[in-house]
Amino acid sequence: MEATTDTVLDGLADAERKALARCRHAVLGARRPLRLDCGVDLGPYRVAYQTYGSLNADRSNAVLICHALTLDQFVAEQHPVTGKEGWWDSLVGPGKVLDPARYFIICINVLGGCMGTTGPLALDPATGRPWNLRFPVVTVADMVRAQAELLDHLGIPDLFCVIGGSMGGMQVLEWAASYPRRVFTAVPIACAARHSAQNIAFHEVGRQAIMADPEWKSGDYRQHGTVPARGLSVARMTAHITYLSEQALQRKFGRALQDRDALGFGFDADFQVESYLRHQGSTFVERFDANSYLYITRAMDYFDLASAHGGVLANAFKGSPTRFCLFSFTSDWLFPTRESREIVHALNAVAANVSFVEIDSDKGHDAFLLDEPEMFRTLAGFLKGAATVRGLKDTP
Amino acid sequence: MNAIRVDLQLIADMVEPATRALDVGCGDGSLLAYLVNFKRVDARGMELSQAGVNACVANGLSVIQGDADADLRDYPDDAFDYVILSQTLQATREPREVLRQMLRVGKRAIVSFPNFAHWHVRLRLVFGGRMPETPSLPYKWYDTPNIHLCSIDDFRGLCRDMGLAIERAIVLDRNSTPINLPPLLANLLGEQAVFMLRRG
Repeated sequence: MEATTDTVLDGLADAERKALARCRHAVLGARRPLRLDCGVDLGPYRVAYQTYGSLNADRSNAVLICHALTLDQFVAEQHPVTGKEGWWDSLVGPGKVLDPARYFIICINVLGGCMGTTGPLALDPATGRPWNLRFPVVTVADMVRAQAELLDHLGIPDLFCVIGGSMGGMQVLEWAASYPRRVFTAVPIACAARHSAQNIAFHEVGRQAIMADPEWKSGDYRQHGTVPARGLSVARMTAHITYLSEQALQRKFGRALQDRDALGFGFDADFQVESYLRHQGSTFVERFDANSYLYITRAMDYFDLASAHGGVLANAFKGSPTRFCLFSFTSDWLFPTRESREIVHALNAVAANVSFVEIDSDKGHDAFLLDEPEMFRTLAGFLKGAATVRGLKDTP
Repeated sequence: MNAIRVDLQLIADMVEPATRALDVGCGDGSLLAYLVNFKRVDARGMELSQAGVNACVANGLSVIQGDADADLRDYPDDAFDYVILSQTLQATREPREVLRQMLRVGKRAIVSFPNFAHWHVRLRLVFGGRMPETPSLPYKWYDTPNIHLCSIDDFRGLCRDMGLAIERAIVLDRNSTPINLPPLLANLLGEQAVFMLRRG
């Protein structure tokens, strides 16, 4: 039975419904399912994506943006659910480094996500009931396979650039390793070739918080009409701390008190930093699905590019024709510069074409989403050089 | 963009078009840019200072942060046609190992360095009694990055010891003009030298 878009829509949360109304989507894998790393064949499945600009005549100007853990396809426009501006508005838009007048920019909600692409929110075509925790565990490689399927569907042979930060950077590395001939330039930002023990540990705290919430109901909360808001909120609060640097927290909040002149001698949010984190947690719950959070954090934890290539990272890039440009940030302790340097070493070991830029910033991991002029300047130069080699004209 | 330093131009002239080259200690990337733009070379750079790296990448050049002593060993054998080290050998911790790595990674090595036996240097030391400061060695003794200075003859000696073949040797005078002199005079009158080496 081929699931139509309508039947899949039935299982959607409101947020997802709003998202789908504002972006493109395709149902894939009806005839040939997607073979996942866990061994399950997934199909049909839906992929929600957004595009900016247009594909040029020789189809050489496509840029794929890979989004991070909790972001989505709404890169450079007002978000249909939160109403906030696009998460990479600083980089993508008219006159920006990634200008839709020059590039055909695509961003795809990842497999397992909750903004329109099939994930635990969707209906299992076999049972007609929501997948919830019965959804197969997906990997970064699975996400990338689904993206490649969409590009085939759209008739895009290869990409001028694949770019992304954090989990987006992992996808970029996976793209370069799995589809080297389809990736002209790869820009992995603030990421690593494998998720570290410390990062897995932080994710586990988040997942345990969700699963400890009595409203979670073993993942079937939607059928029970509940939301594990407390758990998801704590997961977000924990994760959010890892996105910032100690300096940035100190500079932003110090020990400043929230709406009071003296300590309250209780457990309200006395400090601004507490109030800030609580706000981050509660707003996150409005736009993100708890089960989806479990699945996507798991995908990041499972990511280990070297292990998929005989334990030697360099093997993942042997003979790669791709031009790489890596970015890291000095104060990022979630994906420290050291991790990017390991990727550079592996790329050097196969004499790949690689540039590596470390940006001086005190904003922590989040820096990749913020206004970092040095990153924009170097990235623009890298892309310009690559565009010349590729023979990309200034206007499509 | 067209004009680069004379010693860099000499190096660029030694590089065949459409080859692969690694410039170790590429500085602001002017040699790299020349090789890419005028000789269609697949040219990569390595530079110690992150500011230098960022400037190169912003100019569309493929450059990573790294240093000759530590990072050449990452590359596979014969990855490049040329590995270039301009005015940097004297600042490496292990010049001999760096040369060995250069000729493992590259089929040829191009090395330029200041000549510590230049008459100017000799005069300063012998009659001035002070550590020499010259246009090619502009540092005070206490803040110089140059820890392994050598003369042109010293360098030839090292190449001999290592069994390296000298394919070309160009000696430059104080005006960076190539001079053609017998070795003894070259070692006295040359302010810097550019050597192209291959495995012997």
